[in-house]
Amino acid sequence: MEDEQSFSDICGGRLALQRRFYSPSCLEFSLSCPRITLRSLTAVTCTVWLAAYGLFTLCENSMILSAAIFITLLGLLGYLHFVKIDHETLLIIDSLGIQMTSSYASGKESTTFIEMGQVNDVVINEAIYMQKVIYYLCILLKDPVEPHGISQVVPLFQSAKPRLDCLIEVYRSCQDILAHQKATSTSL
Amino acid sequence: MGLVSRGAAEAGLGAASAVDRPGPPDAVPNPTPTPPAEGADPGSSRPSMVLKAFFPTCCASADSGLLVGRWVPEQSSAVVLAVVHFPFIPIQVKELLAQVQQASQVGVTVLGTWCHRRQEPEESLGHFLEGLGAIFSHKPWFQLCRERGSKSWSCKATHWQGPASPAASGEDQVMLIFYDQRKVLLSQLHPPTALPNRQAGDTTASAGGLAAVFDTVARSEALFQSDRFDEGPVRLSHWQSEGMEASILVELAKWAAGPVCLFLACLLSLISAASACRVFKLWPLSFIWSKLSTCEQLRHRLEQLTLIFSTQKAESPAQLMRKANMLVSVLLDVALGLMLLSWLHRKDLIGQLADALIPVADHVAEELQHLLQWLMGAPAGLKMNRALDQVLGRFFLYHIHLWISYIHLMSPFIERILWHVGLSACLGLTVALSILSDIIALLTFHIYCFYVYGARLYCLKIHGLSSLWRLFRGKKWNVLRQRVDSCSYDLDQLRLLVVAVQGLIHLLVDLINSLPLYSLGLRLCRPYRLAAGVKFRVLEHETGRPLRLLMQINPLPYSRVVHTYRLPTCGCHPKHSWGSLCRKLFFGELIYPWRQRGNKQD
Repeated sequence: MEDEQSFSDICGGRLALQRRFYSPSCLEFSLSCPRITLRSLTAVTCTVWLAAYGLFTLCENSMILSAAIFITLLGLLGYLHFVKIDHETLLIIDSLGIQMTSSYASGKESTTFIEMGQVNDVVINEAIYMQKVIYYLCILLKDPVEPHGISQVVPLFQSAKPRLDCLIEVYRSCQDILAHQKATSTSL
Repeated sequence: MGLVSRGAAEAGLGAASAVDRPGPPDAVPNPTPTPPAEGADPGSSRPSMVLKAFFPTCCASADSGLLVGRWVPEQSSAVVLAVVHFPFIPIQVKELLAQVQQASQVGVTVLGTWCHRRQEPEESLGHFLEGLGAIFSHKPWFQLCRERGSKSWSCKATHWQGPASPAASGEDQVMLIFYDQRKVLLSQLHPPTALPNRQAGDTTASAGGLAAVFDTVARSEALFQSDRFDEGPVRLSHWQSEGMEASILVELAKWAAGPVCLFLACLLSLISAASACRVFKLWPLSFIWSKLSTCEQLRHRLEQLTLIFSTQKAESPAQLMRKANMLVSVLLDVALGLMLLSWLHRKDLIGQLADALIPVADHVAEELQHLLQWLMGAPAGLKMNRALDQVLGRFFLYHIHLWISYIHLMSPFIERILWHVGLSACLGLTVALSILSDIIALLTFHIYCFYVYGARLYCLKIHGLSSLWRLFRGKKWNVLRQRVDSCSYDLDQLRLLVVAVQGLIHLLVDLINSLPLYSLGLRLCRPYRLAAGVKFRVLEHETGRPLRLLMQINPLPYSRVVHTYRLPTCGCHPKHSWGSLCRKLFFGELIYPWRQRGNKQD
């Protein structure tokens, strides 16, 4: 069962939240970030080439122009492969764990899986980010030494940065599954 | 019971999907009333448990039979290791499992039945399979079923109450997780560094969660010894059932490794005994040996080779990785050294170098003398302390004169020395680089002396200026009168260059020494061997069917590979990183181009 909703991030860009309901114990949320626009790409390329042409008129060395082309290409490839995230996915499987996947614009995927035994809770926190106060969803991990303590905070959807309405949707579904998980684990 | 025939297994099993029927209050008492969870009937006393079944992908196409594996009650998950095919004798199956249990310390039991059928099920098989459940009693009893040629699976787990009340058994939902048995067997899980208590070599298989699954599969090698070509009493299906994997080269290498290691270990012990003899411990020689980086590098290599060729086996996977890393690093080093040697000899660079050395040294000395004359006069129009100028200038000029004489004395022997030194590249590129560094140090020793004097004076000046700055800010402090105004000797470009080059060479040698090449190669070519964790993918899902997941191995990132498996260097230059090198140059702290014995902490 799939449905898609449209939200906005903290800067006003458009985000699309796709929710897939596989079973009562398995849920997947996919948040896609705004894509690279042609305008920003053209602007960056023009600035780099103008600067290179300016240097060329100063130095009369044509290597500068070829270097500028290389820099633009390599920079774009590096940006797509290492920096620009296309969509972020959160997969919650009851009694197994929570998995976060970030897919980059070049197709690379980076995945982290946290076992359910290490998850204390999923909460919405406030944070000061530059000049704003924003909300973010995070996973609290259990401390192995102290049973009710928290050892680490893992923030979710760091590149997409959705607003509170989107976070509340995700939060409610996560809490349903976590409550079910806690009920079954206490009854053991 | 006697032989169970295969023909009865061909008929299908009722493909009942996993539904939670309200069961009687069973052996799991629930004293605190829990809120009814999703999907459970309002009248049930226990929320629906989801059991996990880890199923190997190689058995997905196997014929019907019994599921054999391990049940982990803390995670409520079953790890299926193999499938026993019909026909079998239950007594023999139990014997085999007892043998495997004894050999591997893993609690291997029969977990349930596996049915791979062609057409619609028949009712008679249901009773037959329940009869099996009575022979191999296990709670919960899994019944997995798959239609041949399609992707629809069904599985249920029943808690067998007894033949008296078959309808009163409770059923649980089952989640199927597929895993690649070979990769999980060979993989080594690296837990995140935030958990300090986890060890890779725990004796009990009670590590949390997925580590338990990896551990179970890795330790059940005894179960995977027999393949389908064996004539044993029990037929198994697992990742090696098509035939055991082996390589002739690996087997030959293992057989030859014993005598070769023994021979090389004896040789290396002879060499280390010879180098530890008392002649080398006398004071002038021991001082020189400790300062030359070549000797340190040779000693380091000797230690590494002794460790590699030692006759005792590695105890833990970390030690094995370290040995492998050292071996690959030594081999690469020797290969690069031989390449360098062949290149030098082909172009006859040694002769050219020897011919060019004397004129270059003369030229350098001349330039230095000009510089000193300029500084002793009125450099850039600055009026300086004339007496101090003359003293320092004459002192440095005399230094240069001594050094030039020393070079001219050595000139007939240069070529031969260089040729013999070039031969040492056979021992490795790092040795050649260390020798180069030592030669630079010896040839430019006078420049190093100038650097020391200049740096000390510059340091004094900087301290003086900083104390003046404190005074300027209003704090009361003693003022250091600047007596040495003629030390606006800037660090000469040449001195800077030489010292920086020496520092760079040492850093390069350290890098080659400590980079774990085998681990990096393993991460590149067999990424599943070094696992940071796992990742799951949800496979095609139909409503009413159980949830199926595919578990894949998440490889370790390269930065963590280098960090975990970095080889220990000889502990030299703990303060020398690229940043500290620049910092020392700027502030005038002395850079020692040879190894410091006192600072061995890393």
